[in-house]
Amino acid sequence: MNSTAFALIAILTLAAALAAATLQKLMHATLSFAVALVGVAAFFFLLGAEFVGLVLIFVYIGAVAVLIVFTILLTRREVGKDRGVNWGGAVLAIAVFGGLMWAVLKSQSVSIVAPHIRALTVKRIGETLMTGYVWPLQCVGLLLTSALIGALVLVMEEKR
Amino acid sequence: MSKSVDQIFVIAKQWLLSWLTGAPDWIVQIASSLLNIFTLLAVFLTLFALMSVLERKILGRIQNRYGPNRVGPFGLLQPVADGIKMLIKEDIVPERADKLVHFLAPILIAAAAILALGVIPYGRNMTPFTIDGGILFFFAIGSTTELAVFMAGWGSNNKFSMLGAMRAIAQMISYELPLIITVLPVVMVVGSLTPDRIVAAQAGYTFNIVPRWFVFTPWGAAAFILFFVSGLVESNRTPFDVPEGESEIVAGHMTEYSGFKYATFFMAEYIGMFAITGLAATLFLGGWHSPVQALEFIPSYIWFFAKLSALLFVYIWLRGTLPRTRIDQIMNFAWKFMLPMSFTCVIAAAVWHYAGRGLRGWLWSLVVVASAYTILSMLLDTHRKFAPRVYRFAE
Amino acid sequence: MTPTLQAFLIVSVALFSIGLLAVLSRRHAIFILIGIEMMLAAANLNFVAFWRFSPQSQSPTGVMIAIFSIAIAAAEAAVGLALIIAVYRHYHTTNVDHLDQLKG
Repeated sequence: MNSTAFALIAILTLAAALAAATLQKLMHATLSFAVALVGVAAFFFLLGAEFVGLVLIFVYIGAVAVLIVFTILLTRREVGKDRGVNWGGAVLAIAVFGGLMWAVLKSQSVSIVAPHIRALTVKRIGETLMTGYVWPLQCVGLLLTSALIGALVLVMEEKR
Repeated sequence: MSKSVDQIFVIAKQWLLSWLTGAPDWIVQIASSLLNIFTLLAVFLTLFALMSVLERKILGRIQNRYGPNRVGPFGLLQPVADGIKMLIKEDIVPERADKLVHFLAPILIAAAAILALGVIPYGRNMTPFTIDGGILFFFAIGSTTELAVFMAGWGSNNKFSMLGAMRAIAQMISYELPLIITVLPVVMVVGSLTPDRIVAAQAGYTFNIVPRWFVFTPWGAAAFILFFVSGLVESNRTPFDVPEGESEIVAGHMTEYSGFKYATFFMAEYIGMFAITGLAATLFLGGWHSPVQALEFIPSYIWFFAKLSALLFVYIWLRGTLPRTRIDQIMNFAWKFMLPMSFTCVIAAAVWHYAGRGLRGWLWSLVVVASAYTILSMLLDTHRKFAPRVYRFAE
Repeated sequence: MTPTLQAFLIVSVALFSIGLLAVLSRRHAIFILIGIEMMLAAANLNFVAFWRFSPQSQSPTGVMIAIFSIAIAAAEAAVGLALIIAVYRHYHTTNVDHLDQLKG
């Protein structure tokens, strides 16, 4: 695993995430959220789980980001602006960050290097999905169907 | 001898890389990738230039006129003139447009289109980048095109652009489903998402005459037609070019772009077309395999580009022949016809596989596809009768 | 110097707290949703990092959890956005400070 690649992707992701959390204009924040997701997908590629990275790009950027953008367009009364950072929220976020960082840096067992593994092919993922995880797969299918129908019902205009 | 002609590009690349034998591993990797990328760009940008003039000439011939024939022999140097024209045009950006988003949109669309070209096998051992989930990569990159189209429409701060962008995205999202579900039978039958394996699974000939391409099976033929039509919609080509219909919304999401940025949009659309037809050739038409066993000495990349050219000719033919469809007709077609038919293709492929992959499987899957098609046609029939045709001037 | 598990966890923690910042300090409902999605992405990164650095058993559990989590996040985003649109139609605002009709 290349450490320059890791550093670059980490900087890109965190900068884009920070921009998404603090930018005033809605559209710019959404687009930097999409860039942050590309960064996370790059991390997945670095970690050897390419399938998950591709699924993330497909689902999040291809679907969720487009949905968010459409919703911003459809709810456009107050165009664009949002008020500044709420300091109480920022303090709480920094406190949570500090606490979790302390936990991560304190535990010695996580400063390990990556072991060599067999490449995770799509074939293995498919086999695992169909043998060990077949019930979660069906449940997720049902969940997605019900979410689809629910979202449609919520947004449908009532017939006069 | 024919094998070395077939592998000539691979041999050339290995000879070029042999100049770097002493270098560390990552330099050789980067050099190899750069060679692939440059070759890909050179080939496809030339093809784009050639296609832009060939399309106009073929459209002209369909409409009983010559196409461009002034610049160069038979007008073939027209892209040079077009390129110079596009480059020297003034780059107008609207004052209240969102500068960053307006600038990034064409770059993102072009980048997505060119990235998608990287996983298609162009010949024997000639895939630029072998990724394990190659087909998924192709569709994931294709789905980022929608966000870029939206950026183009919104960044221009123009109502026509916004409307065009929303129509374009609605159309592209609706047809992404049939596009991907029709690929599913192929992936299911081959058992892999890698384009190389899918091409390798279509090798050989049944009875030594008919090649084992997936298009010669009933589910494959139906899936190919559905994939082709969905590809037409994804590239915003006539008859589905509502997002860029000149008579309706000026140029849709590309209205406020002038000069080189418009050329970039244009290039991205054509390269998207190349990518989709390349994938159609890979998945259904046997990739770089030859259709006749006697002609196997012709190099594999020639066969691939012949198939690509045939499909592109059909694209141009459809553009010259069919009128534009309305946006609600497009949506109805996607959700009410193409989606159920693509599910039927999946079921038919499973039937073909489980009835043995021979004649019995062929006939049973034909029954499945034909019955689904008949039932859908009867359900979706609008019972509209047209008045008898009256010609006033033609004899 | 290859990145250790600690490096990945630090990035994941940072992404999570930035998501938390977005949820807590923004007033537009869509931004809160973006923050939630960011927190989910950080958790996915955590799962896959732990899977990669663990002594390998047969099943790719971390990757499976990440795949299902992405699917569920997409469903939740769809329903959340539908809710925001429905609320906007009724109250004509997306500012969560103004949605206080049930307040004590």
